[in-house]
Amino acid sequence: MITLFENIGAYFILLSRVFKKPDNYKLIFKQTIHEMVSLGIGSLGLIAIISVFMGAVVTIQTATNMNNPLLPGYLVGFATRESFILELAPTVMSLILAGKIGSNVASEIGTMRISDQIDALEIMGVNSASYLVFPKIVASLIFIPIIVIYSMALGIIGGLLVSMYFDGMTLNDYILGIRFDFKMFSITYALIKSVFFAFIITSIPSYFGYYVKGGALEIGKASTKSVVYSSITILIINYLLTQMLLV
Amino acid sequence: MIEVKNLYKSFGEHHVLQDISVSFEPGKINLIIGGSGSGKSVLTKCMVGLHEIDSGSIKYDGKEFTTMNFKQKKEIRKDIGMLFQASALFDSLTVEENVLFPLEMYTKQTRKEMLERVDFCLDRVNLENANKLYPAELSGGMKKRVGIARAIALNPKYLFCDEPNSGLDPFTGIVIDQLIQEITKEYNMTTIVITHDMNSVMETGENIMFLYQGKNWWQGDNNEIVKSDNKELSEFVFASKIMKQFKNI
Repeated sequence: MITLFENIGAYFILLSRVFKKPDNYKLIFKQTIHEMVSLGIGSLGLIAIISVFMGAVVTIQTATNMNNPLLPGYLVGFATRESFILELAPTVMSLILAGKIGSNVASEIGTMRISDQIDALEIMGVNSASYLVFPKIVASLIFIPIIVIYSMALGIIGGLLVSMYFDGMTLNDYILGIRFDFKMFSITYALIKSVFFAFIITSIPSYFGYYVKGGALEIGKASTKSVVYSSITILIINYLLTQMLLV
Repeated sequence: MIEVKNLYKSFGEHHVLQDISVSFEPGKINLIIGGSGSGKSVLTKCMVGLHEIDSGSIKYDGKEFTTMNFKQKKEIRKDIGMLFQASALFDSLTVEENVLFPLEMYTKQTRKEMLERVDFCLDRVNLENANKLYPAELSGGMKKRVGIARAIALNPKYLFCDEPNSGLDPFTGIVIDQLIQEITKEYNMTTIVITHDMNSVMETGENIMFLYQGKNWWQGDNNEIVKSDNKELSEFVFASKIMKQFKNI
């Protein structure tokens, strides 16, 4: 329990260093663009594949479980849209990104720590926490909401592709379902969640990487821990935000 | 000049450095030697502010470093260059970008001026046509040279080198030693070198400090080290048969 509180304390101390005035805005900007490309663009392919297939599967599962003639056909499209916008795109994609980006961030910063690159920055008088972590957080705060929107669109397209050939439902029903009772707040809710998750996905792995001690084995452990803790934090924050925003 | 007085540093119950007092003079190669775990790296890290000390004083040209705030330390650190044992080059940057980094961070020069300075530093360490290579594409000796080029990019007053010739073949090791010696004289820097290499000690040691069990056990130059009758120092320096024969000549 003490270790948990020590970790939480050290995490906030690191964040206080991350958000100090940067040494050089131009370099931080350059680094942020670099992070957006490496972390953001690099995740688009994976998210596209997962979203399309997940959209297709959700549509098939919903359709097979709603074969009661009393239920309107458009419910399949409606259910796919709602599940993607409210939960699958913001939360499940963030959990996937916590694995992909989180392990990448923790191992990158961890390797810099054990190979003295962070010490080299400190000796140059650079605030290493700000230089390394701040651009990652800013980049993820910008691109993760974009990825979430992208995932919503592709998930719904995945369902649409299935609806074209799946027996028991029509394309028109699916499209009607997608348009039925649409509330803009659902998108706002998903984006609010994604901003919180974006912060978690980069800041927690940065913490585990920044304070790693030892060698390659410890980097692996830090990477695993960062994914576990990020995922648990995402689930807790998801519950709290849902309680606050939807209830 | 760097002056260390009555420095103590411990990690928990383990007292790593005890009552260290030493002066490092400009224009000289100041060597810190000692066995593994004797506190050499910790002493260097204390001097550059990577470790907080328990008590004592560290002065850079008369300015007390230990009581400075982050901003004041930053000013001193702009005058410090450091060459790490594993070079500590930034993996994601090319050779040119590595040397450019401190210039971009701290100078207001134009891009052209900065690139000229990068080329000058790389030429100075005899590294040509390597600007666009990444650290993973360099040999050990080349990495050390880039490390030195990056360390001297801002014309530092103080240069710290942590085992500069470890992992290098004897010839390249000597070349790196000579390079550090030349740069030290050329820019009148206060250079502090941690080394285990007895060739370096005999070749370049103008001011040698021997650390033993966290204490400043012996101090002198490369002539005095041969004549010294200090038991622990002799056991360390003349550990091999060849060195023992050398001492007896």
